[in-house]
Amino acid sequence: MASNHLTGIGSESKQLATWYFTFAIILFGAQLLFGLVAAIQYVMPGFLFELLDFSVARMIHINALVVWMVFAMFGSVYWLLPDETGIETVGIKIGKLLYWVFVAAIVVVVLVYLIVQVGPADEMSIWFIHEGREYIEAPRWADWGIVVVALGFVANLFMTGIKGKQTGIVTVLMADMLAFAGLYLAGMFFTDNISVDQYWWWWVIHLWVEATWEVFVGALAAYALITIIGAKRQVVEMWLWIEVAMLFGSGILGMGHHYFWIGTPEYWWEIGALFSALEPLPLVAMFIHVLYDWGKETGLQMAEGAEGHAIAGHTITNKPAFTWIVLNAFGNFLGAGIWGFFHTLPQVNLYTHGTQFTSAHGHLAFFGAYATILIGMMYLAIQGTNGIKVLKHTKSSIAGIWMIAGGVMGMGIALTIAGYVQVLVSRAQMGATWAGYFDGQSGMWFSQAMDWRLIMGVVTFLGFAFLIKDFLSTGKNPVHER
Amino acid sequence: MAKKSVWSDNRFWQRSAAWVTGFASILLIWLTFDTSVQIAMGTDADLQNGVTKRVPGPTVINYKITYEMSTARGHEVPVIGEKELFFGRDDYSEEEAGALLHLGKLGSQTKNCMNCHTLLGNGAYYAPDLTKAWLDPAWGPEGSMQAMTGKETKEEAMAEFLQHPSTYPTHARMMPNLGITAEEAKGLVAFLKHMSSIDTNGFPRNFGKIKGAVHGK
Ligand code: HEC
Ligand code: HEM
Ligand code: HEM
Ligand SMILES: [Fe+2]
Repeated sequence: MASNHLTGIGSESKQLATWYFTFAIILFGAQLLFGLVAAIQYVMPGFLFELLDFSVARMIHINALVVWMVFAMFGSVYWLLPDETGIETVGIKIGKLLYWVFVAAIVVVVLVYLIVQVGPADEMSIWFIHEGREYIEAPRWADWGIVVVALGFVANLFMTGIKGKQTGIVTVLMADMLAFAGLYLAGMFFTDNISVDQYWWWWVIHLWVEATWEVFVGALAAYALITIIGAKRQVVEMWLWIEVAMLFGSGILGMGHHYFWIGTPEYWWEIGALFSALEPLPLVAMFIHVLYDWGKETGLQMAEGAEGHAIAGHTITNKPAFTWIVLNAFGNFLGAGIWGFFHTLPQVNLYTHGTQFTSAHGHLAFFGAYATILIGMMYLAIQGTNGIKVLKHTKSSIAGIWMIAGGVMGMGIALTIAGYVQVLVSRAQMGATWAGYFDGQSGMWFSQAMDWRLIMGVVTFLGFAFLIKDFLSTGKNPVHER
Repeated sequence: MAKKSVWSDNRFWQRSAAWVTGFASILLIWLTFDTSVQIAMGTDADLQNGVTKRVPGPTVINYKITYEMSTARGHEVPVIGEKELFFGRDDYSEEEAGALLHLGKLGSQTKNCMNCHTLLGNGAYYAPDLTKAWLDPAWGPEGSMQAMTGKETKEEAMAEFLQHPSTYPTHARMMPNLGITAEEAKGLVAFLKHMSSIDTNGFPRNFGKIKGAVHGK
């Protein structure tokens, strides 16, 4: 199973991947900065009031989040495609052009968010400022730009998959990316009916994060297990198909857990509860899969020496990448699986719906399921572009991992406590009125939790600084085996 | 060589994945047709004939709305009562009310309410949920907001607040001025009133029913 993942050099597809990763990590930094602004406003409400209000900071925080992940996902595909298919990506020149179109569009969108912020209540604002719909606020003109870029990306993937070797991983990616791009269309219309609005809005948000993106992560993890620890493709791809069946089987109808209270009929209570309660199962399976393969390959290595592995004496050829991928397996299970299950039954969700508890889950899930593995992919690209055989940890890579993962976990715990107060005081006791809302917000446990969230956010940001330092310096570090 | 089991055959799992996905998708699409019919906006005729719709038509702004316990369903539901003045009128035509709601829904998006508030429970957690804001006791005759804004009616008080929110703060965490015009404010209040009439299966629970039970007070 000779793989050329060690030599990114000379592949245009891999070069484009590094461009995608670079812009992604810049946006990740922007995401954290604007998250900090929003978190400070919880603690000091006067901070940047009527200059850069919470709504603007939050919009940039979550848009940067979605966009950096999409960038890193595109980058990951361009990175692994030559390895999987055995050929250079077809249409790479157009891919590179579209990259610049995408970057330019994002920069313009963010500048308009920052400078114009809000517009009059008319269609022009929707077309040129923002749509005001959480996560997919991008103005309509940018929506069409995104559609064009995504179509170009999907076309490159399909042409390469058909021309080259079509492995199981590539097949899954082709189907998955088509669905991923297609779903975006469900979020591109305006309606006066807010129930209809939110019904379709969830088609984008839920069917992305709990269906198509999860399958994407399954495919990335499969690729990573094969390249980093030399797991057997036949077995890994079988697992991948089982994961696809479980993820789509539970995730598609699991969407019902967002249809409990938005005006939609009662039958979604049962459908949402049943299918979304099954959603954690594939996440447990994926966690076990990674640990199992790791143990198995280590055992083989010890029993047979170097046989079957690329490099003597190492089961793991990229330590930081593998650490992030194990964190992904665990974080996906914890943030999406456990925290998701907590509030997915309608009896519970009636009270937790739209509280800090949702935010706790949102942070742990997005971080655990996606940020982790995408950072892992970036480490694979660093290894490849620098021609490194075994990439080892450095002080910065370890500090980055501990502080980012610890910081996000700390924020998750703080938000969970805040959510608990809000559920008890604002919802159960006070029945969700304006006054009830602020009774919950002013409680001691709540306000201390907000302090801790901010502190843990700063820890996360410092961890990010270590990560960047490592990204910039580790390629030249002499500790690695070349 | 031992006979290969079907359970370790990639083709088998690939086909299973395709079938499961196809089946789930078809079920979702089928349910979407049913739900779409049920959440389509009602008409003025529905309101006049007392036909209950999950999402009533825009002329619901001509009526009084309350949120009452339904013993049959075991939770609160919005109840549309007798006529009620809204900015001095209770005879908005379907077109007029529709235009107000359209303006309000546009405003809710272009002013980004959802990145501070939750609407139907979705959005941001920095400010109160707006699902039933129209029914919030603070805006009613016993609440403080009418006196604070110097207005005689709920809708005028709300419109005044929305135009100059930071002039009428009730908490350190204030709502900023979003450049909302008088006309836009009227549309937004219509939008909020309409939203409070949507049947949300009992969310939020016990809305406004319990007063002052916190910390034993
Ligand atoms: C930057 C954040 C922010 C944005 C954007 C925002 N609000 Fe607010 N809003 C607040 C805060 C904070 C309060 C609580 C103010 C207080 O208690 O003093 C509030 C209070 C309210 C209230 C009174 C509370 C209640 O439950 O009745 C209403 C109504 C309201 N906002 C409507 C809107 C509408 C409509 C929009 C969009 C056009 C909007 N807000 C946009 C932050 C925001
Ligand atoms: C990686 C996967 C996942 C991600 C990234 C994710 C992310 C999110 C986010 C960001 C929200 C908040 C949406 C908003 O802003 O309104 C949310 C809501 C929710 N998620 Fe997840 N989620 C994931 C998986 C799951 C799973 C597996 C479950 C259930 C088992 C689940 C259950 C829920 C529920 C019930 C809500 C609604 C919360 C509410 O009512 O306010 N999620 N999710
Ligand atoms: C510096 C660290 C961070 C800080 C201070 C921070 C702060 C915040 C704040 C204040 C909000 C608004 C919540 C609300 O509406 O009340 C928010 C929302 C959100 N953040 Fe972060 N954040 C940070 C890092 C992250 C990371 C690393 C991720 C994921 C990878 C993330 C994902 C999200 C998501 C998904 C939401 C929307 C949640 C929801 O609607 O439920 N954030 N963040
Ligand atoms: Fe979901």
